[in-house]
Amino acid sequence: MVDHKLLNTIQDRLDALSKMPKIKENSSIMAVLKENGFTRRDFMKWAGMMTAAMALPASFAPTVAKAAELADRLPVIWLHMAECTGCSESLLRTDAPTIDSLIFDYISLEYHETVMAAAGWQAEENLEGAIEKYKGKYVLMVEGGIPDGDSAFYLTVGPKGTTGRDHAIHASNNALAIFAIGTCSSFGGIQAARPNPTNSQPLYKITNKPVINVPGCPPSEKNIVGNVLNFLLFGSLPALDVYNRPKWAYGIRIHDLCERRGRFDAGEFVQEFGDEGAKQGYCLYKVGCKGPYTFNNCSRERFNQHTSWPVQAGHGCIGCSEPDFWDTMGPFEKPLGDRLFDTVFDGIGADAITDKIGIGVLAITGVAVAAHALVSTVAKDKE
Amino acid sequence: MSEQRIVVDPITRIEGHLRIEVVVDENNMVKEAYSGSTLWRGIETVVKGRDPRDAGFMTQRICGVCTFSHYRAGIEAVENALGIVPPLNAKLTRTLMNAALFLHDHPVHFYQLHGLDFVDVVSALSADPKKASEEAFKWAEYPYACGADQLKLVQDKVKKFVEKGNLGPFANAYWGHSTYKLTPEQNLIALSHYLECLKLQRTVAQAMAIFGAKQPHPQSLTVGGVTCIMDLQDPARLGEYMVKFGEMADFINRAYYPDLVMAGKAYANEPSVLNDVGTPNLMTYTDFQVGANDYLFEGGYILNGDVSKVYEVDENKITEEATRSWYKNPAPLHPYDGETDPNYTGFKDAKTMNAKGEMEESKVFDITGKYSWIKAPRYDGLTMQVGPIANIVVNYAKGNKKVVAVVDQFLKDTGLPLSAVFSTLGRTACRMIEAKIVADNALTALNNLIANLKIDQSTCAKYVIDNNKEYKGRFIGNVPRGMLSHWCRIKNGVIENWQAVVPSTWNASPKDAKGQMASYEACLVGMKIADLKQPLEIIRKIHSYDPCIACAVHVMDTKGNELSKYKVNPNLI
Repeated sequence: MVDHKLLNTIQDRLDALSKMPKIKENSSIMAVLKENGFTRRDFMKWAGMMTAAMALPASFAPTVAKAAELADRLPVIWLHMAECTGCSESLLRTDAPTIDSLIFDYISLEYHETVMAAAGWQAEENLEGAIEKYKGKYVLMVEGGIPDGDSAFYLTVGPKGTTGRDHAIHASNNALAIFAIGTCSSFGGIQAARPNPTNSQPLYKITNKPVINVPGCPPSEKNIVGNVLNFLLFGSLPALDVYNRPKWAYGIRIHDLCERRGRFDAGEFVQEFGDEGAKQGYCLYKVGCKGPYTFNNCSRERFNQHTSWPVQAGHGCIGCSEPDFWDTMGPFEKPLGDRLFDTVFDGIGADAITDKIGIGVLAITGVAVAAHALVSTVAKDKE
Repeated sequence: MSEQRIVVDPITRIEGHLRIEVVVDENNMVKEAYSGSTLWRGIETVVKGRDPRDAGFMTQRICGVCTFSHYRAGIEAVENALGIVPPLNAKLTRTLMNAALFLHDHPVHFYQLHGLDFVDVVSALSADPKKASEEAFKWAEYPYACGADQLKLVQDKVKKFVEKGNLGPFANAYWGHSTYKLTPEQNLIALSHYLECLKLQRTVAQAMAIFGAKQPHPQSLTVGGVTCIMDLQDPARLGEYMVKFGEMADFINRAYYPDLVMAGKAYANEPSVLNDVGTPNLMTYTDFQVGANDYLFEGGYILNGDVSKVYEVDENKITEEATRSWYKNPAPLHPYDGETDPNYTGFKDAKTMNAKGEMEESKVFDITGKYSWIKAPRYDGLTMQVGPIANIVVNYAKGNKKVVAVVDQFLKDTGLPLSAVFSTLGRTACRMIEAKIVADNALTALNNLIANLKIDQSTCAKYVIDNNKEYKGRFIGNVPRGMLSHWCRIKNGVIENWQAVVPSTWNASPKDAKGQMASYEACLVGMKIADLKQPLEIIRKIHSYDPCIACAVHVMDTKGNELSKYKVNPNLI
């Protein structure tokens, strides 16, 4: 059943996009595909996959394809703040029949420190030039936490010693849309973990413009690229959850579609790494898997073109797309339920989160999961 | 105008935030050089007070490029402290992930990051694809992606870019600079390989993800072993690894190696890449386990470029100091006792030359004071250079047969003397040589793993952490950017102290109390810059180290300080 209202909205959006001036003539994604020896059929297959990834009905595939073709009109500025470049690396691994090089062709990447050829003054010229030329028309993607306040000097960029904070604000002020790529720019990340020695902040606390958070350490290549397409289709922010994460990617718990979910339900648990259960693919909850508390599509999309994901490789999820996960999800190899009131930080862990959100959804889930795990094991032992 | 200060910030196409400043005389000769990082993240501080089993996951986030190196180091430092020896299966699985990292990092460095310092993309547009194809056969028996038709496609693709005046990430580079030496045809060959490498880096990342769950930031190591036993039991997965490994190995032999020979010949007389080894003391450490007692590379160090004598590394002689770094206590201390408080003193105001050649208000380093978030590691009080150049030269000096054979072949193919290795070009060539040795030999680890799995399926060692006991341990190894060490103390069952002494810290450090320059600075002094507006020679030299600056700015031990008090006075001097 086609959602006509939604389809019409997208159609209007595409019509508007078609009327925008082109940055590059004759360089639509389809043209680029042809140059690389890909057929229309390959492209439509890819569009179908992206449609599914964004949880849209299959009949939307041609619309997705059209949006992708129009996407070459989108200038992108990518800023590096206090980060490890893992998110940029994830972008480079992007997905589906060699679509990665195509992404570079159809988004006009105006500034990206890891990739760009220019350096020093010339690099700064590129940034200023792009902000000026594409004022209000470019997409800003930011990687890394941002040292703030009296600590802003922990990051400076450029010959004028501009703080990362000022760079981010300046670029945000003139952007069409802003994506915080990765857990660091979404929620502060590792440098903001207790005691946050550099006073690093997430992007949304630095700018007063709306920010779409695309967390993960790093986010999968699909979640980075899919969000750009999502933006192009709807011409507005995607539906977001309470942490401003797009629901299409972060709408379900990892646990819900986990390949080891059957083991969980059957009460079959790895008791310690390397045991017989590990060889049989038992559930990893008891060695610390945070899948029941983590909202992301890893169990569906996996990483590196579906090659694997942590649970497949026998290690539990560490909850890397959740706010403050470094402080609330550790120790990573112990079940959350085991340590709700006994953390290394005198109660700053999961129990403090409980205080913050009142009734403590996480804690209750934790107790419920732990209870289920216990009961299931007992039930199994009786068999 | 006699002296001039030139600022290059940001140094792009690296990991992290790096600024280089040089002072040149009236002949554009570099008199002084300063290398400083402008970002500090404080990950060791964050690690403190946590479960030791979490440390590896946090140290891994030091860098998403060296994405496996600090993970392994964080895990193995704790194993060393607790006295754990992981099963052979785990060790070899880690080697296979490490091999994938080497095969990823080195080609990506040459083509995506460093290559544009040698390859003039604009020049490639005037090449004759047919001649370029013939040229490719001069350097390789079976050149990679160099048929005339393919080269034509590459050229057309880039031509469209240039003609439209919108170069995207290629915009505003130093194209046409007088020190580019490749012919248009040679540039076109390299450009084709640039695009091929972009595809293959994804393939070899998958090879790591087979055992590692994902890349960047794999997640299958645990203190005591590895968790990917199901993948190890699956012949299809082992085969998948082998095939993906093979694809990159093929590229290294048919593109990376011949391109370095080609570049070696073309740049053999370019002053900005010769006779400038930087620090001539080269240090490396035994690593790359491919069998029960078999390692691809041995450790040791040489002094003053003298390959006739190789010394063994004594880990007690490693210190770090902060005389010129933005930390309080300048005293050189062993990493187990590292002691540092941030002490930011900022920049000074000055006018420097911008991209148009005009003088513009800028911020510059306080060159009489502190100027970097990177500390200064020293060995026995001396600066050391680490990285593939150290690993290859030390192993050559020790007579490591696998290394000697490839080095000798490379020298023969380029017609260069051994002394030519001691240069910027040598650093770039040694990285390729290291990649080739890994590509040609690392599958031994896979074969040995398969042989061992037939008789032993164990992947994790058992251990107990005694909360009443104090532990101390370290990891020392050799990763793609050189010798890496992590040092930890564990007390009351949690991390008490953590220090990482990383490759880029050795090479990129500021001066020390004695005024000794580390390798980045040393290699720049005495060099002539053709055009002050386009200091290509600076970035060419600095890129040859494959800088990884997020790695280098880890340092901070807060012994004696309360964790919650991080108030640093931002009022500059």
